[in-house]
Amino acid sequence: MKIAMSTSGRRIWGLMYRHLALYRRSWPRVLELTYWPTLQMFIWGFTSAFIASRIGVGGQIAAGILLGGVLLWEVALRSQMGVAISFLEEIWSRNLGHVFVSPLRPWEMVVALIAMSAIRMTIGVLPAILLAWALYAFNLFDLGPVLILFAINLMAMGWWIALGVVSLILRHGAGAEALAWSVLFGITPFAAVFYPVSVLPFWLQPVALALPAAHVFEGMRAALDTGIIRWDHLAWAIGLNLAWALAATLLFARQFRAARTSGALLAIGE
Amino acid sequence: MTDAIRVSGLTKRYGATLAVDAIDFAAPRGATIGLLGGNGAGKTTTIAMLLGLLIPTAGTIHVLGHDMARDRFAALARMNFSSPYVALPARLSVAENLRVYGHLYGVPAIDRRIAELAAELNFEDLLDRPAGQLSAGQKTRIALAKSLINRPELLLLDEPTASLDPDTGDLVRSWLERYREQTGATILLASHNMAEVERLCTDVLMMKAGRIVDRGSPADLLTRYGRDDLEDVFLDIVRNRREATP
Repeated sequence: MKIAMSTSGRRIWGLMYRHLALYRRSWPRVLELTYWPTLQMFIWGFTSAFIASRIGVGGQIAAGILLGGVLLWEVALRSQMGVAISFLEEIWSRNLGHVFVSPLRPWEMVVALIAMSAIRMTIGVLPAILLAWALYAFNLFDLGPVLILFAINLMAMGWWIALGVVSLILRHGAGAEALAWSVLFGITPFAAVFYPVSVLPFWLQPVALALPAAHVFEGMRAALDTGIIRWDHLAWAIGLNLAWALAATLLFARQFRAARTSGALLAIGE
Repeated sequence: MTDAIRVSGLTKRYGATLAVDAIDFAAPRGATIGLLGGNGAGKTTTIAMLLGLLIPTAGTIHVLGHDMARDRFAALARMNFSSPYVALPARLSVAENLRVYGHLYGVPAIDRRIAELAAELNFEDLLDRPAGQLSAGQKTRIALAKSLINRPELLLLDEPTASLDPDTGDLVRSWLERYREQTGATILLASHNMAEVERLCTDVLMMKAGRIVDRGSPADLLTRYGRDDLEDVFLDIVRNRREATP
């Protein structure tokens, strides 16, 4: 049976098809998706194994928390890069002029980039998860169904941060593209990925607690350490994601209009 | 029937620079309008505003009856654009590139439409070739095919035959003439090829320093400037060499 796609759905698929065709024709791009998460898993996996061998039972829990943090942080990283790099691909190929004069709405472009990001993230992180299970006997899925909520929240955080990066690229051109790789690394110390928020200095803790990731990782540690699901942290993560996503959407809409006013869309590759 | 393009008081200012200065023009349906002017005359800025890529500082644009300030996506679905200065993704094959735009423009039976265009514009042998491996002339032909994928009622062309050899350039011009006759489409053409403008255009808008300084059919302009070809008329206007007789 042939399923009729809505006109919006076809436009979204059109942009996704463009990126999928690119990956089909460029194996280095596919390799790049899996390279870093896999490398991370090797480094942190052996580090965790070393810690566990030295400290005993407590060390095994700490190692699990470390590996869980690495894997889930990759979910956020790959989601953010997935959106931002897909947008940059349009700039690098000098194709944005064609895309923006087509009937593709800006929100449809964002949906297509998010869908591509989800695909990129799955291809990138799944081998690392399997590697953690095969080499270090760490099964992320032991967290249970709540893992899906953790992952969705981290993906959402990656997407709204990427929307902010795309907004800056619209405003400042390709000169802002380094942010596509670096922005989330800059957030890592405050996201409580590898240690609890309480470790941070008192004055930094509000910064951490304003990030959905900090609540996700507090929740993950609680689940791995005690088996208790901290619904309060999950509620905070969801609420913060909604608030930040709204702010990022407003910023994107404002910068898109500013780019159409200033003529930045005509020379965005420079 | 409404004009294909109706522009009124269109102005674009970048800080202290006035790129387009309160221009007015209309393009009737089925016409081919030539937009001529030297570098920096305001042609690209005008086309960018017609495409919704640039928000005017003042003035209004109606395309195919749609106000571009409020309803640009309805117009964009019925128009298209080609420029040798905007590329298609280099790694994708020609067919993949055209398929992408077929989806973006909601073209039914995309592969059949691509086969039609490939036959008409003579690039069937290029369909599986990556766009980045094409010659400049081949890229121009593929960009033209992309601009025709949705059978546009309004076609905006920036230097449509740039980089084409005389034979292929002539084929493309013939094809554009046929497309206009068969579909009643309106074409707005920015070109520095005066022979092309004389051949294709029903009307010409001469731009200088952001303003339309003269307009008329190619024959009318030749008569008024007392010239034999449009290139001399262009130079008369750009260099302030000669005034037109009223």
